[in-house]
Amino acid sequence: MKNKAKEKFTKQVFSRPRSLLDVSTHYCPGCHHGIAHRILAETIDHFDLREKTIGVAPVGCAVLMYDYFDVDFVEAPHGRAPAVATGVKRAQPDRFVFTYQGDGDLAAIGTSEIIHAANRGENLTVLFINNTTYGMTGGQMAPTTMLGQKTSTSPYGRDFRNDGYPIRIAEMLATLEGTAFSARVATSTPAQIRKAKEAVKKAFDMQIRGMGFSIVEILSTCPTNWGMKPLDAQKRVLGEMSGYYPLGVYKERKQADFA
Amino acid sequence: MTPEPVGIKRELMKGNVAICAGAIAAGCRFYYGYPITPQNDIPEYLSAHLPPIGGTFLQAESEVATINYLLGTSASGKRVMTSSSGPGISLMQEGLSYMAGSELPAVIVNISRSGPGLGGIAPSQGDYFQATKCGGHGGYRMPVLAPHSVQEMYSLTMLAFDLADKYRNPVMILGDAVIGQMKEPFVPTSYVSTVPEEKPWSLTGCAGRPRRIIKSLHLKDDEIEAHNWKLHRKYMTMREEEVRSEPTHLEGAGIVIVAFGTAARVSKTAIQWARAEGLPVGMLRPVTLFPFPSREVDEAVSRADAVLVIEMNTGQMLEDVLISTRHHDKIRFLGKPCAIPTPEEILQEIRSLAGEIGVKAGNVR
Ligand SMILES: Cc1ncc(C[n+]2csc(CCOP(=O)(O)OP(=O)(O)O)c2C)c(N)n1
Ligand code: SF4
Repeated sequence: MKNKAKEKFTKQVFSRPRSLLDVSTHYCPGCHHGIAHRILAETIDHFDLREKTIGVAPVGCAVLMYDYFDVDFVEAPHGRAPAVATGVKRAQPDRFVFTYQGDGDLAAIGTSEIIHAANRGENLTVLFINNTTYGMTGGQMAPTTMLGQKTSTSPYGRDFRNDGYPIRIAEMLATLEGTAFSARVATSTPAQIRKAKEAVKKAFDMQIRGMGFSIVEILSTCPTNWGMKPLDAQKRVLGEMSGYYPLGVYKERKQADFA
Repeated sequence: MTPEPVGIKRELMKGNVAICAGAIAAGCRFYYGYPITPQNDIPEYLSAHLPPIGGTFLQAESEVATINYLLGTSASGKRVMTSSSGPGISLMQEGLSYMAGSELPAVIVNISRSGPGLGGIAPSQGDYFQATKCGGHGGYRMPVLAPHSVQEMYSLTMLAFDLADKYRNPVMILGDAVIGQMKEPFVPTSYVSTVPEEKPWSLTGCAGRPRRIIKSLHLKDDEIEAHNWKLHRKYMTMREEEVRSEPTHLEGAGIVIVAFGTAARVSKTAIQWARAEGLPVGMLRPVTLFPFPSREVDEAVSRADAVLVIEMNTGQMLEDVLISTRHHDKIRFLGKPCAIPTPEEILQEIRSLAGEIGVKAGNVR
């Protein structure tokens, strides 16, 4: 009787995912890289992929992510993660391969590599962290920076006459035949985090089923370089950012091309 | 000439195709590349011949992407190759630096053309600096092999894969349009590996072992310094153990030619003619451009009365020759930046050099 009660009340309902190491990260308070890491690790565990996974790390604030995950990792040059991942996946088609990239990495210097990986239908999964700035180098303007947003290299605010427009990656990649799954999510409320997990699961599932390229864009925060308190940063994601970057699934392949 | 091994037939093959044959013989099953003249026969051949033997051929969107495909496949523990020419090799420099920093093996073929810029597609040895000094950032080295025959396009490719694995480092084959397009008979000797097949560092998923990380980033001061010295020691070992050069008629040669690749090939004809005239001419041909055969060059220069460096550029290897010896007064240079020097030109140069330094024609046989 007593034991049963104990069992009932001490059931563990929350713990560190097996794929995450028990170390503290270098991310700033209020930064969403940590949330994205956790979602990624939980999904690796969910599909029992830890021992079959090769991660490709970006150059950006997440450059040290290999120190936080208990999986094999290779570092890519800035923006080249989809090309490195292509090389890994072609050599080992039975392994699970993902890249994790910021918006400078993926949407500026690495646009060619991401577009062609998607267009080839490369059987990879990409987590794309859109925080509208270059976090690691000190908050410079990114291709995703909002119009009017002040950054260290757009001190008067981004002006389309000089800098063009914020780029919508999830929509753009959804237009490519090789893309199996493309979605944009956010992680600023518990409900959004649940949805984000669902999207990442779907993206993983696409690769597992050999459906082709999958990407989840995550609207993220950079309180440090936005010059905001973490709570205000959440509000910015929920308001201004979600307005320009609508959340949703932009492409979901139902049947493989080869089926 | 050494007799051919029994049972092995001679084949008539283009230099570029011999590279493919050497790569396949050495077990390379992954090739990535982007089209550029004058090396297109390599991707064309491999796109036809890799898939039927279970290999992977993938045409990349750029050379920037190419070298990073190589990085990923190499990190997976597989032998992998690309080929390109000057402008494409320029785009690979960042990736080469990352591969050197991450200690990843691969074979990079440069069938070079004349530059700078878009330059021309004429045969040239204008990429000597880029290849041997390494154009990427941070200071690294890689072995550079310079074939001068179709036979060597084949055998040095096999060697390149072994060196790459032995040192966990990129290796470059530096050829040019002549050696690439030239057809001549060669013996497809069988490949005998000199390195272990297992790669206990490769990323295969961490089943039954601790995770592995392949990276070049070392943020702590002492860590990056130690890594730099470690790489340096590796490059010093290459200098000690991997120097290869070919002497021709060096014994008693008053005039010594130093040339590599196609320039050396043409020089051989000129040397034959000059020796038929009784002129004591020999040659030292660097086969490895890095590590450079400095000791051999110094010895040859010390013993000779004059040294003629011949290159299809305006004097790049010349700098390594000058660094190798103190006898700068003996050194002359014949350069053809965008063309093949003819044997006649070289013979003429030998004759006037012989006159200048008072080398008498005699019986050199
Ligand atoms: C070739 C090259 N150019 C520039 C840099 C400098 N650099 C490092 S990280 C970075 C931007 C990272 O921003 P982002 O991808 O948005 O990631 P975040 O740091 O915001 O997570 C830049 C420009 C570099 N490492 N390599
Ligand atoms: S700088 Fe920005 S993106 Fe980088 S860790 Fe800090 S908050 Fe996150």
